[in-house]
Amino acid sequence: MLKDITLGQFFPGTSIIHRLDPRTKLIGLIAYIVALFTAGDWVSYGIVFAFLATCVAISKIPLKSFIHGMKPLVLILVFTGILNLFFTTGERVLVQFWRITITLEGVERALFMMGRILMLICGTFLLTYTTSPISLTDGLESLLSPLKKIHLPVHELSMMMCIALRFIPTLIEETDKIICAQKARGADFETGKIIERVKALVPILVPLFISAFRRADELATAMECRCYHGGDGRTKMKLLRLKRFDYGTFFLLAVLIAAVIFVAQLGL
Amino acid sequence: MTPILEVKNLHHIYSIGTPFEHIALKDVSFCVDRGEFIGIIGHTGSGKSTLMQHLNGLLKPTSGEVLLDGQSIWANKKQTRQARFRVGLVFQYPEYQLFEETVYKDIAFGPKNMGLSAEEVDRRVREAAGFVGITEDQLEVSPFDLSGGQKRRVAIAGVIAMEPEVLILDEPTAGLDPEGREDILRNIENYRIAKNATIMMVSHSMSDVARLADRLLVMNDAALAMDGTPTEVFAHAGQLLDMGLDIPEITRLFLKLQQMGIAVNSVYTIHQAVAEIKRIREENAHA
Repeated sequence: MLKDITLGQFFPGTSIIHRLDPRTKLIGLIAYIVALFTAGDWVSYGIVFAFLATCVAISKIPLKSFIHGMKPLVLILVFTGILNLFFTTGERVLVQFWRITITLEGVERALFMMGRILMLICGTFLLTYTTSPISLTDGLESLLSPLKKIHLPVHELSMMMCIALRFIPTLIEETDKIICAQKARGADFETGKIIERVKALVPILVPLFISAFRRADELATAMECRCYHGGDGRTKMKLLRLKRFDYGTFFLLAVLIAAVIFVAQLGL
Repeated sequence: MTPILEVKNLHHIYSIGTPFEHIALKDVSFCVDRGEFIGIIGHTGSGKSTLMQHLNGLLKPTSGEVLLDGQSIWANKKQTRQARFRVGLVFQYPEYQLFEETVYKDIAFGPKNMGLSAEEVDRRVREAAGFVGITEDQLEVSPFDLSGGQKRRVAIAGVIAMEPEVLILDEPTAGLDPEGREDILRNIENYRIAKNATIMMVSHSMSDVARLADRLLVMNDAALAMDGTPTEVFAHAGQLLDMGLDIPEITRLFLKLQQMGIAVNSVYTIHQAVAEIKRIREENAHA
C-alpha cells in the first residue's frame, strides 16, 4: 500500500524530454508556470494546455501515472473549486437559495482555478517523472551556483536534497517491514477511536526514527571514509552541457510566453 | 489428528495488474504436524519470506488456502486475528522493532494486544524472558541499552510471550557471533520442548538447520522444490548446489568422495560422517 506512492517518482525513458539537460527542464518549468499565471483567458489557456499536452505526449509517460499521482491532491482541488464557486460575486446569478448564490462568474472562475492547479501539478509531475533525482539535484546545484558568491552552501544543500530523495524508497520499505512485524504481534491499526489509532502509531514511529538515525550515522561514516569534505574542489563525473535540443527548447519557451502575453494584450 | 498447519495450492502474485507484476509463490502445498521442527531453505528471492507471511495471515493468498487446525485463516476477521496470535512470526533482525521504554513493556506488547488479564501478561512476560535468558534486573532497563544479541533475544521473547503454537523465525541467528547463535538456537529448542510447539525456521546456515530440523522444505523459484527429512534432502546435494544453495561442509566432502567413486552414503553431521567412515573401514577389513 505504501509502495503505491508515486509522488516524485522517476520513470526511466529515452524520449527527448528525458534527455534534456536538467537545467533546461527546471528553467522550462519556471517559464511554463509564468506563462500559466500570465494566461488570463481561455484562449491563452488553450495555448498553455497545448504546450503541456505536446510535452506529455513526447515524454511517452502513460497518462494513467499522472492521474494516479493526482489522487492525494483531489481534496485541495475540490476545496479550491468550492471556494471559488460560492465566494465569487457577479451579476449573472444562476442559483440562489438561503444565503448561497452561485453566479455564472463563480462557475467560470472555479473551473479556471481548478484548471490552473491541474496544469501546474501536471507540469511539475512531468519534470519529476522524466528526471532522475540525481540529475535534478545536479541541475539545481548548477543553477544556484551563483549564490555561492553570497556564501550560501549550495553544494551542501543539493547534497542534502539528493540524500533525502534517495532515502524515501528505503524508508518506505522499512516502514512496511515494521508495520508487518508489529501486526504479527497483534498491533491493530485499523480499528478504535482516533486517540487509540494515534497511539497505535508509536510502535511504528519509534523504530522508524531509530533506524533513520542509525542509517544517517552509517552514511556519514561511509562518506567520511571516502574523504568527502563538502563541495570545495569537488569535480563532477557527469558534466552538464547544453545541447542543440536545449537551445531549441529555450526558443520554444520564449515563443510560449510571448504568445500568452500577446493574447493577453489583445484582450480577447 | 489434523495437522496444525496445512497449506493448499498457495499462489501469490505481487502488484497484480501492473507492469511490476511478480510471481512470488506458485502452487505450494504442504502439511505441518504439531511439535515438528521444520527448516526452510532457499536462496534470496525464492519466496521464503512471502510464504512465511502467509502462514499468520499478514499476506492474503492470490489463490489457495492456509488452514490452521483445519480452519481457513481467512474464513472471517476473528480467525485472521486468532492466526496472528497462534502463529508467532519473528522477522529478520527483529531487534529493530523494539520501541518501549523498558524490556518488560516491550515483551508485554503482544500479550496485551491479546487482551489478557494483567496477571496473565505478567506471568507470560516473565516466562518468555526466562526462555531467552533475560534476567529480572534486565526487565526494567531500556531495550536500547542492551547489546545486539540481548536485543535480539528480547525481540524473540516478545513473540514467545504470546505463546504461539507455531513459532516461525526468519534467520534468527543472522549477524550474531557463534556463541550468540548457539544461545538463540538453544532458547528456541527450550521453548519447543516446554510448550510442545511447532517451529519453522528459515536459515542460510545449512549446518544449523541440518542439525536441528526434523524436516526440510526447500524453496526454489517461487515453488516448493523439495520436502523431506534432512537425510532425504541432503541425498540430493548436487541438486541443492545447482539451486545456488550451500550444503554443510561435511556433505560437500562426502559428495566429492562419491564423485571419486567411493561408495559412501550422504551425511550432514559430523557424527554421521564418523559412523559412515567406520562402516566403510569395517567393510574393507572384512573384504
